[in-house]
Amino acid sequence: MSALAEAPRARGAWAHVVYVLRDNPVTLLSFSMFAVILFAAIFGPALAPYDPLATDAASALQPPSASHWFGTDNLGRDVFSRALVATRLDLLISVAAVLLSFVIGSVLGAAAGYWGGWVDAGLSRVLDTIMAFPLFVLAMGIVAALGNTVENIVYATAIINVPFYARLVRAEVNIRREAGFALAARLGGNGHVRTLAFHIFPNALPPMMVQVSLNLGWAILNAAGLSFIGLGVRPPTAEWGIMVAEGANFIVSGEWWLAIFPGLCLMITVFTFNLMGDGLRDIVDPRRRT
Amino acid sequence: MAAATQGRVAAVLSRLMQALPVVFGVVLVSFLLTRALPGDPAAYFAGDAATPESIAETRAKLGLDKSMPEQFLIYVGDLLSGDLGVSLSTGQPVTTELARRLPASLELTLVALVVSCGIAIPLGVLAATRPGSWIDHLCRVLVTAGVSLPTFFTGVALIYVFYYLLGVAPSPIGRLDFVYLEPDRVTGFFLIDAALAGDFETWLGALEQLALPAATLALFTLAPLARMTRAAMLSALSSDYVRTAKAAGLTTGKVLFGYAFRNALLPVVTTLGMVFSFTLGANVLVEKVFAWPGIGSFAVEALVASDYAAVQGFVLCMALLFVALNLVIDMAYAMIDPRIGFAAK
Repeated sequence: MSALAEAPRARGAWAHVVYVLRDNPVTLLSFSMFAVILFAAIFGPALAPYDPLATDAASALQPPSASHWFGTDNLGRDVFSRALVATRLDLLISVAAVLLSFVIGSVLGAAAGYWGGWVDAGLSRVLDTIMAFPLFVLAMGIVAALGNTVENIVYATAIINVPFYARLVRAEVNIRREAGFALAARLGGNGHVRTLAFHIFPNALPPMMVQVSLNLGWAILNAAGLSFIGLGVRPPTAEWGIMVAEGANFIVSGEWWLAIFPGLCLMITVFTFNLMGDGLRDIVDPRRRT
Repeated sequence: MAAATQGRVAAVLSRLMQALPVVFGVVLVSFLLTRALPGDPAAYFAGDAATPESIAETRAKLGLDKSMPEQFLIYVGDLLSGDLGVSLSTGQPVTTELARRLPASLELTLVALVVSCGIAIPLGVLAATRPGSWIDHLCRVLVTAGVSLPTFFTGVALIYVFYYLLGVAPSPIGRLDFVYLEPDRVTGFFLIDAALAGDFETWLGALEQLALPAATLALFTLAPLARMTRAAMLSALSSDYVRTAKAAGLTTGKVLFGYAFRNALLPVVTTLGMVFSFTLGANVLVEKVFAWPGIGSFAVEALVASDYAAVQGFVLCMALLFVALNLVIDMAYAMIDPRIGFAAK
């Protein structure tokens, strides 16, 4: 019986995805841009025409040309190669941070939403306290306290994002705690944890995916911002935030390509994630379209 | 009437009480951040040539040999007397440094917020009243592109265009070009101080320096505000009470601003609080790009020099500023929407 009921619904969902994509070509564009970014992150280091760290004083500060598409920086390094190679690092930092906050937020939020009581009250206080800080400033403080490394950038970004996930999961779990299917699962002999993890929690996944996509862009901005002010990734590593920071010194004398190209890469990546988040929301929850 | 006023005062007081646990949490986190530092602060403060004895002495002097709760009480006591410790890099008390630099940051933030509200709210209202028109599309493009802009990148790009290419902006260093004298300090806000002194040239000079950084911040905050205004106006305009008001024959202006806009204002004010949080963070980046002598660039210098007392003071100062702002926003709610009582929360 379940197979019979399942088949049309699955087709319906697929048809809805196709409908949304056809209706909104921007979403389709964002998914293809995402594929390009992913490709650059995986194969970037192999494809880069120059060594991103190799300096060449003879060809320093050259404007974009056929041999150096994005020009060269003050040490003669190829800006295109550096921007390409940086994709992997920037993406890794943000994906790791978002994954971490997804897991922590899910566990905490699900526990608070399911059991309520003091777990809920305690968690709410902690989350309120985190949210009471301007988030970028809190991230700065955490990195300063834990030490100036790339891992700590990931932890700091994860911590400031936990409240968003925890609150979302808490709300989604809470409204289904007493739902028929949850009670049925309990009656069928499942323990609390099993019911929560395999019956209730999966329902929170669609809105979570939207949050993840929007959050990825934000996490990249956050990490790049931190390295822009000199935290986390250190020179001479190729990273978009640092490249903009280094290039900013040359912008007043007109060497625009140093800062503008990595900045554009950063912008396009964040833009892609934001568009994808909006597109995913259309698929998941058509009523919230704006 | 007296009862209503009394109720309002009680409501404000209870909202103030609700802020206390948050302030406590903020202070606790900032204490934990100091104490969570890897390494031994006593060894750090005692210097490179320290012996075990001098480290122990420094530890006792800093109060680090006491238990954690005791240390926390001392920390809170210091805070209450306005003592945030001494900045290692400048040798000045952190409180003095922050107080000296705060007006620069606030001037930048407030001007940026006023500019972005002045653009975003009319834009959102226009987009909502004319769905599908060019202004609606403009709003949508701005909104999606705006949230993707890294503030520091916008700043750098603006410098390139307006300083290097067009040459209309002054060199992006500090609050005032060196040809002008700083106005006498009354509020610390150069625009206000110069106006008070009646010095129009300095006022203009300060405004020129302020224009680019404020525009950078405003661009960044424009997107969420315009988006929320548009969405809130759309839902208000499609509501029953607007239909009723139209059916009753009220003028378009009355319906739009007396009914729809007033109701749409609530979510916009909420967003404004969130945007302020972003702005305080983005401030740090913008101040670095434009060498703006505010508390953000102070914190960046402190971070680079591992000057923890200064960083702590900065984080705490920002958080308290934000808590205070949220309080103001909640109060503003009650003024916009008389239905909201604090007691219900």
